[in-house]
Amino acid sequence: MVALPGVDPSWSTFTDVPSTSGADTPGTAHRWHYLDNGAGRDGEPVRGTLLCVHGNPTFSYLWRDYLAAGLAAGWRVVAVDQLDMGYSARTGVFRRLADRITDLEDFVAAVGLEGPLVTVGHDWGGVVSLGYANRNRESLVGMILTNTAIHQDPARPIPALLRLALARGVHGPGTRTTSTFLDVTLALARPRLEAEVRRAYKNPYHGIAARHGIANFVSDIPVGPGHPSHPALTAVAEGIRSITVPVLMMWGPRDPIFSDPYLEDLARRLPHADIHRFEGAGHLVQEDADTAATAFQWLEARSVGLDAPVAPTHRRAEGGGYTPLGQRITELAAGPDGTSTAVAEMTADAAPRTLSWRALEDDIAAVAAGLTARGLGPGSRVSLLVPPGVDLTVLIYACLRIGAVIVVADAGLGARGLSRAVRGAAPDVVIGIERALFAARVFGWPGRRISAAPLSAARRSALKVDASLDELRRTPTTSLGPPAGDAHPDADAAILFTSGSTGPAKGVVYTHRQLSAMRDAVERTLHLAPGTALVAGFAPFALLGPALGATSVTPDMDVTAPRTLTARALADAAAAIAADVVFASPAALRNVLGTSDDLPASGRAALGRVRLLLSAGAPIPVPLLEAVQDLLPAATLHTPYGMTESLLVADVDLAGIRAAAAATSAGTEGSGNGVCVGRPVHGARIAIAPLDATGTPGPDVSTTPGVTGEILVSAPHVKDRYFRLWKTQQLSAGTAPWHRTGDVGHLDAEGRLWVEGRLAHVISSPAGVITPVGPEQALEQLDGVRLAAVVGVGPTGNQAVVAVLEVERAGRRPRLAEEALTRDARIAARELGTELAAVIVVPRLPVDIRHNAKIDRTRVARWSARFLAGGRVGSL
Amino acid sequence: MTVLVTGASGMLGRAVARQLLADGTPVRTFQRTPSGVPGVDDHLGSVDDGVAVRAAVQGCSGVIHLAAKVSFTGAAADFDRINVEGTRLVLESARAAGVRDVVYVSSPSVAHSGASLIGVPAGPADPVHARGNYARTKAVAELLALAGSAPDFRVAAVRPHIVWGPGDTQLVQRVIDRARARRLPLLDGGAALIDTTYVDNAATAIVACLDRMDQAQGQALVVTNGEPRPIAELIAAICRSGGVAPPRWSIPGSLARSAGAVIERSWQRAGRTGEPPMTRFLAEQLSTAHWFDQRHTRSVLHWTPAVGLDEGFDRLASHYRR
Repeated sequence: MVALPGVDPSWSTFTDVPSTSGADTPGTAHRWHYLDNGAGRDGEPVRGTLLCVHGNPTFSYLWRDYLAAGLAAGWRVVAVDQLDMGYSARTGVFRRLADRITDLEDFVAAVGLEGPLVTVGHDWGGVVSLGYANRNRESLVGMILTNTAIHQDPARPIPALLRLALARGVHGPGTRTTSTFLDVTLALARPRLEAEVRRAYKNPYHGIAARHGIANFVSDIPVGPGHPSHPALTAVAEGIRSITVPVLMMWGPRDPIFSDPYLEDLARRLPHADIHRFEGAGHLVQEDADTAATAFQWLEARSVGLDAPVAPTHRRAEGGGYTPLGQRITELAAGPDGTSTAVAEMTADAAPRTLSWRALEDDIAAVAAGLTARGLGPGSRVSLLVPPGVDLTVLIYACLRIGAVIVVADAGLGARGLSRAVRGAAPDVVIGIERALFAARVFGWPGRRISAAPLSAARRSALKVDASLDELRRTPTTSLGPPAGDAHPDADAAILFTSGSTGPAKGVVYTHRQLSAMRDAVERTLHLAPGTALVAGFAPFALLGPALGATSVTPDMDVTAPRTLTARALADAAAAIAADVVFASPAALRNVLGTSDDLPASGRAALGRVRLLLSAGAPIPVPLLEAVQDLLPAATLHTPYGMTESLLVADVDLAGIRAAAAATSAGTEGSGNGVCVGRPVHGARIAIAPLDATGTPGPDVSTTPGVTGEILVSAPHVKDRYFRLWKTQQLSAGTAPWHRTGDVGHLDAEGRLWVEGRLAHVISSPAGVITPVGPEQALEQLDGVRLAAVVGVGPTGNQAVVAVLEVERAGRRPRLAEEALTRDARIAARELGTELAAVIVVPRLPVDIRHNAKIDRTRVARWSARFLAGGRVGSL
Repeated sequence: MTVLVTGASGMLGRAVARQLLADGTPVRTFQRTPSGVPGVDDHLGSVDDGVAVRAAVQGCSGVIHLAAKVSFTGAAADFDRINVEGTRLVLESARAAGVRDVVYVSSPSVAHSGASLIGVPAGPADPVHARGNYARTKAVAELLALAGSAPDFRVAAVRPHIVWGPGDTQLVQRVIDRARARRLPLLDGGAALIDTTYVDNAATAIVACLDRMDQAQGQALVVTNGEPRPIAELIAAICRSGGVAPPRWSIPGSLARSAGAVIERSWQRAGRTGEPPMTRFLAEQLSTAHWFDQRHTRSVLHWTPAVGLDEGFDRLASHYRR
């Protein structure tokens, strides 16, 4: 029995196992140490057994949380110390991969583990566990993999850390004569391991003799085809392709060893696998994230070990008509209007670049052929880092046509956020402007690189660019790809990344059918008829122009900063195609108004023809909308509500907002307390999951007016799933058929939706749950207050409500508000039933990059808690 | 059905006695000087005088024990004698006299080790880590009191936090005097959130506890207005009620805490009596958040504060205008 911190001593077991490995002389037996939670020992029913295999240089201790969680979930969990590792015997024999797989089979036979069996592996233990699973399929019911690898792409260098550990002169001292390899591995934990845990990991490896196993494991890494273990590894890597049991892969992406390309390789071998990447976690993902809880949640969700496991279906088979997103382009190109303008792109100093419907169709076909010729097709992921305009339009529809999945991340994420998103999406190709390709080179993004614009030979080689967009277009017609419309309607079409204003950006997957449903929702909700001409100044909607059969123009602006759109640029774009529709972000609209003074009469006339404006992404205050109305006198002003997971949920126009305000004054049930975002868009249904006293939504679904809760939406254009975020997806789709938006709000008696803030920003005070938006709106009516955040400080259920106000003349340092403002703020909040504990003024509230409008209330709350705890704090 | 109130010459003791009388309960009081509350049966004496205490509890059904030595300074032995031994004497005498219920009026400082308290429920009394002689001896006495709780002799502790109101000599008058003398700084801008209790609310909570002994026995319940405010706001409101200008200068809390410790020591070494201008305890109280979770207290006592902070300050102002 070995005493380990956090481990029930009765779990620690030794047993002698006869060896059948070729490495040992016949008749040899080795003493194994393993942890066994003993579930089922007293005859209670168990679902099955988890067989956990650690890597190098850890041991069974890695799986301690699984043993505990297994007891609660009715699973026996057995975690071995591989021979020469942990507290198992030092055999004195160099055990290679094939031996280790046989060793594990010997162990299972000796201990008498029977099915149903789930293999669980980490690091090189992942390979050993897969080797076991591959050969012992009759009892196998599932596989769980964490930060491991099964194949070394000959084209890629092996991980630098392992290369170092293998280097002559480093290997011996690094792995055996000193504990460097062990120390470096343990230092990969984020956050740092507690001293007690670190000691537990190191205890079995004191002394050179104890570390032979670590050194041999490193030597046994098959770095090339000539290595003795290469055949065994290849047999496993190819063998597992036919395994069909449920698979869960849990990954810590911040791993200098088994990074995302290895996950990608495994995902292609086991395409039905569920995957969750724990953003921020590293190689020792078991230490960095709660993988044990996730594993058992997954075993439950997939009914692993039961007679009828739930097949991992992402696909929702839906009937009804489906027309591919790009179909209108083909139709219009073939029709009488084939020579009229389809897309235009304004430039600062030259004539607009335009393509007719026919030219657009031809260009899409040419680029699609070029992509196909370069080996891309259904399921390939193409990261597009090209600003909105003609080229992006062509690329999007070319990818969709060949079934490639477009990956769209916003430069607004910042360099690091963007890099994290692109790496996580593991694209086959990155197609970008030069700046993006430079980032790809610097950050080492995966995938081949194609430049949007022609580059000099020197640049090409410096940025490791394969080809340019023009070269794709010029691909000989003999290698033309499959005809249009080939993509399966329920295959992945796009991965759009969230703004990252609520944690690391998440990839949101849409199928072709869902993108087409999005087009239909926009078309029917806004009553857009063919022949529409629209200014596409707002990224996610901009790509829909050609799909709607609308002539689209992109204004001249820096798309990474929407607030750079000027009134003149907007008017020029509108004039170029005689636009009657404008899509623009709220931040862009602010700048348009700020620059409208020097707009010539011709520009005003062009804007005067606009009959519809759509602006989404963040709430727009009524005074701003009224100013926009002055500039676009003939337009109805739509400010729909949506999110990356469902770009449209509800829609309202200025007249609708005024009607909602009137309904509030008239006392309509449920009207008020929040931002009115109107009624469900075409095809969408909205419901509410009411909050309990702690601000947590329950499983119930309500449409009762005035009941506050998490906003749920169901529509054919809601996302398919999150990309490689199995756990997040479970949470968001747990109340079928609804998508949980993470926003809170309520419905009124006339069917309008009122948004009250983010679920994560709900305040749970002793007086009940308080949502921030209503009181914030009231506070923003006070003199001198530019922006207000209402947050809670203190423990859940007993939070004190605090107003943090961005005011004119705040001074440099945050401070308590003046007496008069404090009093006025209290009175304003009290009218809504909210009692403010404190009122703080700051020079600036933190807002998101993309919209420059959404307050980061989580940060404000954290800062306020420190400020009001006493002691000195920095600025917010 | 007579209830004995000890320490009824203080602001809170008087308010408790008045509240009991208003409810129609006969009240006997016990303290060294007359309570000044019309309608009560005043017994004069000190809680370290066994004969006097035994006489006072005779014939009472309930005891509310408020008498204590309350100060930031003073000799440890005095605190032990009054707060610990005095409480022991009151408890023993009450039990011997057949008293059924005892409410021991305690202080949240018995569970306060100097760190900020943010929205927390009542923690266990901790004499080892409590700050200063007052908190230490109140903690010992509370443990003693609650340990003696039994079905036929029920004891509960009520811990009102920072009680203030008209006639307060502990907090209100000190704040006003110091502000007037310009000797009252804010610490760190006075942002720390503080719970306080308007005196009438503390009184109704204590009386409610006697009525709710079935639920409250054996427990320690923190009582506040449930309206935490930044300390600068509270001080400003007190100052305005007293007709003086609120302090506008702020010093770092860390400086005040270390300075307070030095001043306290040199004050004692110089043999000066009276109160030093700053102590470490006071600096901590002025610069760290301490506010509480009132949900349990309110459900046990079936009680809510009747007087909000705003109304309390209005009453305080009219008291000073008189």
